[in-house]
Amino acid sequence: MPGRSLLEKIWDQHVIARLSEDTDLLHIDRHLLHDLGGSRGLLDLKGRGLKVHNPELTFATPDHALSTAPGRAGTSKIGMELLAALRVETAASGIKLFDVDQPGQGIVHVIGPELGLSLPGATIVCGDSHTCTHGGLGALAFGIGSSELTHVLATQALIQKRPKTLRARFEGKLPLGVTAKDMILALIGQIGAAGGTGYAVEYAGSAIRALPIEGRLTICNLSIELGAKMGMVAPDEKTFEFLRGRPYAPQGEMWDLAVKAWRELPSDPDAVFDREVVIDVEKIIPQVTWGISPEHVVGVDGRIPDPKTVDDPARRAAIETALEYMGLQAGAPIAGTPVDWVFIGSCTNSRLSDLRAAAEVARGRKVAAGVRAWVVPGSENVKREAVAEGLDKIFIEAGFEWREPGCSMCLAANGEVVAPGQRSVSTSNRNFVGRQGPRARTHLASPASAAASAIAGAIADVRMMGR
Amino acid sequence: MPKPFDKLTATAAPIMRSNIDTDVIIRIERLVGNGIRGTLGKWAFGSLRYLPDGSENPDFILNREPYREAEILVTGPNFGCGSSREGAVWSLQERGVRAIIGSGFGDIFFANCFQNGILPVVVDKAVVDQLAADIEATQGAGKVSIDLEAQTIVSPSGARHAFAIDARRREGLLKGLDEVALTLQRDDEIHAFQASDRAARPWIHSTRISA
Repeated sequence: MPGRSLLEKIWDQHVIARLSEDTDLLHIDRHLLHDLGGSRGLLDLKGRGLKVHNPELTFATPDHALSTAPGRAGTSKIGMELLAALRVETAASGIKLFDVDQPGQGIVHVIGPELGLSLPGATIVCGDSHTCTHGGLGALAFGIGSSELTHVLATQALIQKRPKTLRARFEGKLPLGVTAKDMILALIGQIGAAGGTGYAVEYAGSAIRALPIEGRLTICNLSIELGAKMGMVAPDEKTFEFLRGRPYAPQGEMWDLAVKAWRELPSDPDAVFDREVVIDVEKIIPQVTWGISPEHVVGVDGRIPDPKTVDDPARRAAIETALEYMGLQAGAPIAGTPVDWVFIGSCTNSRLSDLRAAAEVARGRKVAAGVRAWVVPGSENVKREAVAEGLDKIFIEAGFEWREPGCSMCLAANGEVVAPGQRSVSTSNRNFVGRQGPRARTHLASPASAAASAIAGAIADVRMMGR
Repeated sequence: MPKPFDKLTATAAPIMRSNIDTDVIIRIERLVGNGIRGTLGKWAFGSLRYLPDGSENPDFILNREPYREAEILVTGPNFGCGSSREGAVWSLQERGVRAIIGSGFGDIFFANCFQNGILPVVVDKAVVDQLAADIEATQGAGKVSIDLEAQTIVSPSGARHAFAIDARRREGLLKGLDEVALTLQRDDEIHAFQASDRAARPWIHSTRISA
């Protein structure tokens, strides 16, 4: 019998009942709720006359619909109603809520790892597709819809079909100026936005082992942009060091027991994967998207594709549609494209290391005239740590706006939008049509590249910034 | 509880662009609030259906007869990728869509369809392209038939194509089963699992914050 993969080990440990050859009823260890869908699920449950099965395994925080302006000014009436409903319904069900201005509040995928709620080997779900982020700690984490959310509240279990497995091995030493964000964008460019559909992705290889945990969270965050609803990295000593002492991580004897179990999780050397991809990271340069799907990506020294050079009619039409929406000229260099907005934040890139990387570029420089640049920390704790280090001052002195934690301009559910036709460089995860606001044009990039673009007033190669 | 699905013969609209994400199917601001069900149909594909001044875009297929009433969508690769928002499925459902035929779907969108009694059919891209061509050849007048029991699609040209579907999901759609009610029948098994798992992995179940 071949060895088992990380996915198979976690999966098997959570099977309550086998429902068919490839479909199981899985136990869910952690259920995270947010303001957009949390109270709706709890009200749905109440409407069915049911109770939350395990409120102690369920945690909530507002992030999506909340304004990130100072004092939360500008949160819409409906956003305030959702916040009020989340407070009332979590209290009524005995669910812990990390509320506004409290340590613990923040983007749901930032606070899970930060608080030690997200653990290796755990099954974690949330009504949000970027739940795959938590896989960076070696968890089996995935996004669910509203119906599945109600199912988990009612049963603490979920019916799931076992996915195929894909191992993406990143090998080599990461060049200067290239980050986790560039690694995962390069993979999406290589295998496409549907390359991971139907798979759970395990990220492996020397470049993944070398990444700090926050970089691994960034990599896993974009799994869904690869089409895979689950992405994961095997836990190692870095994982344990990251989690040790966090508020909800096990302590004392329980910690030792947990670490012993977590050491058994990595894929066996003879584990078999349905698909394997190898990426040479030494060839990766800072990435930036040019179109309306994350697979529309090039190196920052590259050119915008020219549909005339593409034979396949469907691909040619797709490029034409994307260029028209983005207002870009075929064949032109992507660097130097003027920008109106820079957004540094989101569950992809709003952790302390992301803000440090952006601040390093911004320090002693000025945001170009005519560019609006926002820094939105991922959580209240990230905000406080960044302030303690003086990062807020660096940003403010450089002309960035320093905001309150939340999802903000990543998905524009809170009135925080890029105006029609304006161009944004964003550290978020989706450059979809209208994602940052109706007719807004989004270029995805790393925090360092985004900061460099804010300074240059145009899409910029951070490697040219001389630091 | 989802409505059962067995057979359907209806107008089908080809929407063949690749990677149509759930943000394009329904914009986020339509989904903010707890009272949104029933309000979403008119906003499905909003950015494609409406021009910036709010008027209908005559070039978009669902704004043209007979496609306006389409109950079947024939879609390009990776339809429904992106966000987990179930509102994408609700908005299509409120427009009257009951089945979607494509070469591949976003994983979460695919699961959300079954939760709402909508049938997503996966067939080879060549079959999808042929279906779209057959529909367009009749200017949409030719209907597409889907038989879930028999697992077949019939194109307006009369060509018949078989499709595969997970047996559990097929049964769930045919009977309109409610998964929450089904799983609650296994509550003893869930409790038994939790009791033994608590012994094996106590750190998962003991979530009180340590001082």
